[in-house]
Amino acid sequence: MSALLEVEGLSVSFPTRTGLVEAVRGVSFTLGRERLGIVGESGSGKSQTGRAIMGLTPEHGRVDARKLAFNGIDLLKASKTERRRLRGKRIAMILQDPKYSLNPVMTIGRQIVETLRTHEPLGRAQARRRALDMLAAVQIRDPERVFDLYPHEVSGGMGQRAMIAMMLVAGPELLIADEPTSALDVTVQLDVLGILDRLVAERGMGLIFISHDLRLVSSFCDRVIVMYAGRIVEELPAAQLTQAKHPYTQGLLDCMPKIGADRHPLPVLDRKPEWAL
Amino acid sequence: MIPALAIDGLRVTFDDYDALKDVSLAVASGESFGLVGESGSGKSTLLRAVAGLAPVSGGTISVNGKALSEKRDKAFYRQVQMVFQDPYGSLHPRQTVDRLLLEPLAIHGFDDTEARIVRALDEVGLGAGFRFRYSHQLSGGQRQRVAIARALILEPSILLLDEPTSALDASVQAEVLNLLEQVRAARDLTFVMVSHDLAVVTHMCDRLMIMQHGQEVEQLTAADLAARKVAKDYTRGLLAASEGFKPAAANSR
Ligand SMILES: Nc1ncnc2c1ncn2[C@@H]1O[C@H](COP(=O)(O)OP(=O)(O)OP(=O)(O)O)[C@@H](O)[C@H]1O
Ligand SMILES: Nc1ncnc2c1ncn2[C@@H]1O[C@H](COP(=O)(O)OP(=O)(O)OP(=O)(O)O)[C@@H](O)[C@H]1O
Ligand SMILES: [Mg+2]
Ligand SMILES: [Mg+2]
Repeated sequence: MSALLEVEGLSVSFPTRTGLVEAVRGVSFTLGRERLGIVGESGSGKSQTGRAIMGLTPEHGRVDARKLAFNGIDLLKASKTERRRLRGKRIAMILQDPKYSLNPVMTIGRQIVETLRTHEPLGRAQARRRALDMLAAVQIRDPERVFDLYPHEVSGGMGQRAMIAMMLVAGPELLIADEPTSALDVTVQLDVLGILDRLVAERGMGLIFISHDLRLVSSFCDRVIVMYAGRIVEELPAAQLTQAKHPYTQGLLDCMPKIGADRHPLPVLDRKPEWAL
Repeated sequence: MIPALAIDGLRVTFDDYDALKDVSLAVASGESFGLVGESGSGKSTLLRAVAGLAPVSGGTISVNGKALSEKRDKAFYRQVQMVFQDPYGSLHPRQTVDRLLLEPLAIHGFDDTEARIVRALDEVGLGAGFRFRYSHQLSGGQRQRVAIARALILEPSILLLDEPTSALDASVQAEVLNLLEQVRAARDLTFVMVSHDLAVVTHMCDRLMIMQHGQEVEQLTAADLAARKVAKDYTRGLLAASEGFKPAAANSR
């Protein structure tokens, strides 16, 4: 099977007042039409890895890679226009903070309708119908009401689902989902994962699923990458996450509170400087 | 004993939509109370109503036995602090971490601001290197920790926490949860905490309320939830769903 995405030696860095921040330091992986999970320390470069693939690195950031290819297209050589075109249609990202990425002065419904109409020639009534269907598909309770709300008027989980609905419109070949379910209750969470699962199984979409929820990642993904301080420290089949070798991953698993366990305080990691080398 | 926070028959209405319909609860001083429930069920709205940020159309909210008037004064925010669900929205992106932490201290006339800022950052596991970064230069979890530091820095007696750790990896989550428990014990703090993670709420809270459609489904102790001694099907569904994803084939069986 040919790879959908090839990443080799990806680095992202930012100059700041207090020196150079090396957010991503030589990350390599390939993605097929599968569900790849990325877990890792807060600040380890997961979002910046996703953004670099999308071509959404903040202005002053610097991206380097030996190879960055999507479906054989060399993203490092692609023009800005070409990347924008890919972004609209073939590669999509659900950003970590939905409310921040939604347009604050446009209703949820209008945003979905506008996305729809950039993809298909649809009449107003038709587009509205489709947008309402999308909201219902992501388990929004009263789509008619939510259609007319502004981003600041919806709950955290509703904003997250509005973003997911917009992504469904484009029907991308590669989806990077950055904490897409962190604001959802566990029942809706599973519904949304069901939708993503079908896109992978039925449409052959490739999925990068960034999440802090180890339980979700191990039950949902095929493979998992573990990041620490800008690097991949371990890669393993998702179902074998509990048998992780790296002390960071082992420590992570041990830190999680469990229903019914009474551990106060929770164990914490003793981070070794050599993990960040 | 007078509860630290008492809510009675609370109703919140946006235009003609009832986001909260007749919700009541009481949280004892030093207690930790959890809110769990369907996305959109009104959990954030409840916390915002306490903080004076939602259109209350009925019912009463009292802090330490004193009913709150419509407008909250400065002293109220000294006593009650909130960590918002969405750290991007609640922290001004063009301000440095230092400014974000200094502001509440200045408003409430604290001295020794320098020492307090250094300690607050240290408590949430952010080194001095972060102090002069802008909040838009931080990762999601780093921003969330700044929000927690900002709420704790005023030493409030009631802390309203809306999904405080959902943006954090398990290791930082453990540190933040331990910190919250430790300050609660040391300062006899009262918590009201929203979380979708049943393991987190049962770990942190003594009692909790399950919510759906702007209403209470049931109130129960964390121990009963952990032992699966629950009264309502909705709660049972949450417990089942929190076991993780099962492929479609397995779900339909
Ligand atoms: N614009 C920026 N300027 C400087 N540093 C930045 C900028 N954006 C991100 N960083 C830094 O880059 C590192 C990686 O950030 P990233 O957002 O990728 O982390 P993450 O793994 O997604 O973390 P989280 O789980 O907390 O979201 C962090 O240490 C962050 O502070
Ligand atoms: N300013 C507003 N205008 C109109 N409706 C609002 C406003 N704020 C909240 N609502 C509505 O109130 C309901 C409850 O929202 P709330 O944010 O309290 O939910 P929640 O339980 O916190 O959900 P989540 O778990 O997804 O964060 C939602 O249907 C939302 O659309
Ligand atoms: Mg991130
Ligand atoms: Mg909420």
